[in-house]
Amino acid sequence: MKLTRRKVLAIGTGSLAYFSLCGLPAFASLADDAVAELTGGAEIEEGGVTLTAPEIAENGNTVPIAVSAPGAVSVTIFADGNPVPNVATFKFGPLNPSHMASTRIRLAKTQNVIAIAQMEDGSFRKAQSNVKVTIGGCGG
Amino acid sequence: MASGVKRRVKVPKKAKAGDTITIKTLISHKMESGQRKDKDGNVIPRSIINRFVADFNGQNIIDVTLEPAISTNPYFQFEAIVAESGEFKFTWYDDDGSVYDTVKKIEVS
Amino acid sequence: MKLKPIAVLAALFTAAGAYAQDSNTLAIDGETFVTETAAPAHMENVDTIYSGWRFRSTETQALELDDFDNPAFVFVDLGLDLWDQVDGSEGKSCSSCHENVEDFAGLRAQLPRVENGELVDLEDLINECRTERMGAEPWKWSGGDMTAMTAVIGLQSRGMPMNVKIDGEAAPFWEMGKELYYTPVGQLDMACSNCHKDNYGVMIRADHLSQGQTNGFPTYRLKNAKLNSIHGRFKGCMRNIRAKPFKEGGPEFKTLELYLASQGQGLSVETPSVRN
Repeated sequence: MKLTRRKVLAIGTGSLAYFSLCGLPAFASLADDAVAELTGGAEIEEGGVTLTAPEIAENGNTVPIAVSAPGAVSVTIFADGNPVPNVATFKFGPLNPSHMASTRIRLAKTQNVIAIAQMEDGSFRKAQSNVKVTIGGCGG
Repeated sequence: MASGVKRRVKVPKKAKAGDTITIKTLISHKMESGQRKDKDGNVIPRSIINRFVADFNGQNIIDVTLEPAISTNPYFQFEAIVAESGEFKFTWYDDDGSVYDTVKKIEVS
Repeated sequence: MKLKPIAVLAALFTAAGAYAQDSNTLAIDGETFVTETAAPAHMENVDTIYSGWRFRSTETQALELDDFDNPAFVFVDLGLDLWDQVDGSEGKSCSSCHENVEDFAGLRAQLPRVENGELVDLEDLINECRTERMGAEPWKWSGGDMTAMTAVIGLQSRGMPMNVKIDGEAAPFWEMGKELYYTPVGQLDMACSNCHKDNYGVMIRADHLSQGQTNGFPTYRLKNAKLNSIHGRFKGCMRNIRAKPFKEGGPEFKTLELYLASQGQGLSVETPSVRN
């Protein structure tokens, strides 16, 4: 495609409209409550848990995510922009060497995915990733 | 969902003792979230797989609690370490009380 | 108010920094698929054709690389159950007559084709078996049973090049499909070609426009988490441009399917593919 003057103008207006629609931060209190319920209000440190999620999800219906937390007893996933923030809890058994798992989740809109790992010593660790959920042209 | 539920599991048939193996599982299920409404405006009640468990020779590998935010046809990938030949057992628990399971054997040398 | 097409297009399309289709090769179980090849001679102003797979994000593409990760295979499993399931007054299943489903290798790549003066699709052939030989009710064109069966039969041709006949007695059907492809319809007054020929590779809102190839159908869409038929997808497109969709299985969609299939000559059949 050649960039004609008309198309360059279209890029400008199109992207402006896009950002004005998607710029609002997610309202996170439901997720905060859910996290507090899990941790009992204990302090949460960063690190010790890795969360892999796409930066942009082509469709919020099926978003691949992976968690890895060596030394964790369990990992709970939250999505702070979903109507119900809890997503899943993975408890790792004795035959699980890597304490990693991946699945596919639903995200209602652009939001943070949060992984809280409960470590063997009872402490909590956290990883967070923002996922932009796009509204398709014809895909949506 | 009691009929026509497809369970798909991918595990190697053979492994060496102490090897870490990758397991993939999937079950066909709508995972009705309880958030949707039908065309008359009534909420469609939640109906999901709420728990998934993978064991090997009676020992646990992973135990997952699922919420409605897990996608249709729940998929999991994870790893296991096996010391001897035996049997994997995968179990899915449905909101409606149904329990689906499937068993896979592995030969460990 | 009637918007001029160019104004609508200017508002809808934004250019991507790099063309999405420029990278990646598709290999499933060690077999490499043709997702890019020279356009067939009959296509005007398009040099290269691309599978829709090439326009998708890395995460969506990955779902098609492994038959276990591909959610469409749940429906292939269901289709294989149906294959052996007796239905209708004759007490037959598909497998009563067709010993091996593998014998259908190549069929999907040649469809739609002309039989006895009529253009027929895979769905027609399946329903003909059901009504004429099994004494069973025909399946709905885009129903779950039908798409599971078209996936099972289509899968047998996976990796083979699309190769529909467009000359001879197929020519008038092909011409009709071509006419439809370029005819603007609906309140937005848009033709298939406006998006899928003139603007493939660029963004339509937050989505990459593909060339509208049919080689991966039925396709599992993340949007609705099920298999989607070609005609079902056409309906979706027509609704998006505020047009009244043609009937699934009707002459308009069949001829359009033939024309689109002919635009994809040489691309590997990817059935069942994964799209967003």
